[in-house]
Amino acid sequence: MKRPLLFVLAAVSLFLASQILSPPVFAQEIQGLRVHDTPGDGGESVTLEWEGGPSAFVTIMRSESRGGPFEEVGSTFGADGLYQDYVEAGIAYYYQISYQLGDEGYLTAQVGPAVARSNWFRSYRVNALILACLMFGLVIFYINAAKRGKDLYIRRIAGISAIDEAVGRATEMGKKIMYIPGIMSISDIQTIASLSILSHVAKQTAIYGADIEVPNKDPLTYTAARETVKQAYMEAGRPDQFREDMVTYITYDQFAYAAAVSGKMVRERPATNFLIGYFFAESLILAETGQSTGAIQIAGTAAPTQLPFFVTTCDYTLMGEELYAASAYLSREPILLGSIKAQDIAKAIIIITVAVGLVEYFFGSSVIKDFLVSR
Amino acid sequence: MRRTIPLALTFIIGLYPIFAFFVPHARITYANDWLDEALVIVAAFALPLGTVNVIMTNTSKLKKKAKGWPYSIVLLCGLAIMAFYGLIGGTGVHPSFQWMFVNMVSPLQATMFALLSFYVASAAYRAFRARNIEATILLIAAIIVMLGRIPFGDMVTGGRMTPLSEWIMSIPNAAAQRGIIIGAALGAASMSIRIILGIERTYLGTGKD
Repeated sequence: MKRPLLFVLAAVSLFLASQILSPPVFAQEIQGLRVHDTPGDGGESVTLEWEGGPSAFVTIMRSESRGGPFEEVGSTFGADGLYQDYVEAGIAYYYQISYQLGDEGYLTAQVGPAVARSNWFRSYRVNALILACLMFGLVIFYINAAKRGKDLYIRRIAGISAIDEAVGRATEMGKKIMYIPGIMSISDIQTIASLSILSHVAKQTAIYGADIEVPNKDPLTYTAARETVKQAYMEAGRPDQFREDMVTYITYDQFAYAAAVSGKMVRERPATNFLIGYFFAESLILAETGQSTGAIQIAGTAAPTQLPFFVTTCDYTLMGEELYAASAYLSREPILLGSIKAQDIAKAIIIITVAVGLVEYFFGSSVIKDFLVSR
Repeated sequence: MRRTIPLALTFIIGLYPIFAFFVPHARITYANDWLDEALVIVAAFALPLGTVNVIMTNTSKLKKKAKGWPYSIVLLCGLAIMAFYGLIGGTGVHPSFQWMFVNMVSPLQATMFALLSFYVASAAYRAFRARNIEATILLIAAIIVMLGRIPFGDMVTGGRMTPLSEWIMSIPNAAAQRGIIIGAALGAASMSIRIILGIERTYLGTGKD
């Protein structure tokens, strides 16, 4: 099954490469120059469009009165046929384009007036609106299905299943658990997902009587993490076991934070390290240091650039969507699981749409491809 | 009430940027920009809380003579000295502050960043051990990509290594990355809907009322 699939993928790749490598043909002179308010913006620009154009840079000239004087406001590649000029809303503007063809200079006839106005809908984002409505609809539908008692199958995620095991290991060894919630602020969705997992981990440590430490880089994340851990200990019926030094603030500097946490890992040798949230270059420093201390490591991030580092250095890695599914998976609450099911169905719809779009593209049409372009 | 107000705020403030994403009118985007600025102000209020925690944690370590207490002295002195010069002369102006930043903070940051090269080498060694078919494919792909990024690769293969390396990066690698990104985007959307509708509450400290 895998081999024919690889051949198909190779054939598709070669076809797309041949399409990309075909040299485009451009007309030389600029024709049909027109200017209009940019549709779907906040009244900050007007758009110039034309056909043809040289394969070189052209100069965009603007004036506030018919007949000039025109002044240079920018330049663009002539064959692009498009230029967006950022202007003041409510003022009428006139345009001309000057360009060179060989040794000869050309100047188009002036066009305008065009006035930038605030619009009430970004028409070019209608695709995103449809997909957002579809996602909302699916989530509501599957949540209601879950409420009615429908059995929803969710595949087993090894990294999430290992969380309780990792807490148990630390308890048995009498060592602490280090939970690193990434380095981003609470405004990042990955940090929120991380705090949801932290809530579960802290509850487990409270039940088992294990020690947990949560070092933070962002002050907002620090305050939220402290409340999360405190609340988890209260819910577990062990508020007396919560200590203020369980959740600490380190520094706002990325590498100073990495140095401090690495130092803690080496000195205190936690039995388990959780690295869950948004990470940048410090991901490998932290994960590799944790690996060298022999700790069991569970990582989770949706940052594709950091995933390879976690996969090579951690025992389990929650990749992308698994990170967001973790809190629902851990709680096993039907309502939360319903939204995971909706996510899976949305993914299936996207896969089918992309596959159909690919077939359509083979036959020379690009309706689906154009629909999926985001702006 | 302790739950209702945060959930109502989350619903309104969570839904507004989605609305502003589709409505570009200046009146709508102005309020959206204001919300972004408000976040910075809230973060500024949280920073002193963090600083107090740093001071309390380290003074407590000093009092108890806990393991590694001398490091706490260095940290507290560094914090006090940098804060002093920063407050009296500004962070980018005072010569003493600038001297400490250029000659102490900056080299330390660079040192930590430089450590990455060694960590990449040790992580790559573990990842590239050809234990099974997948690891072997990874090893071969990695060798091609690495050779494609240096002149030596093209020299020994007559210029074939760079295009091959580019093909690996822009076709199979990009395809896998896009798969992960699409999955992650859907996951983020699903989680955002759960938070906006108040179904997901664990970030507030509890999943229950």
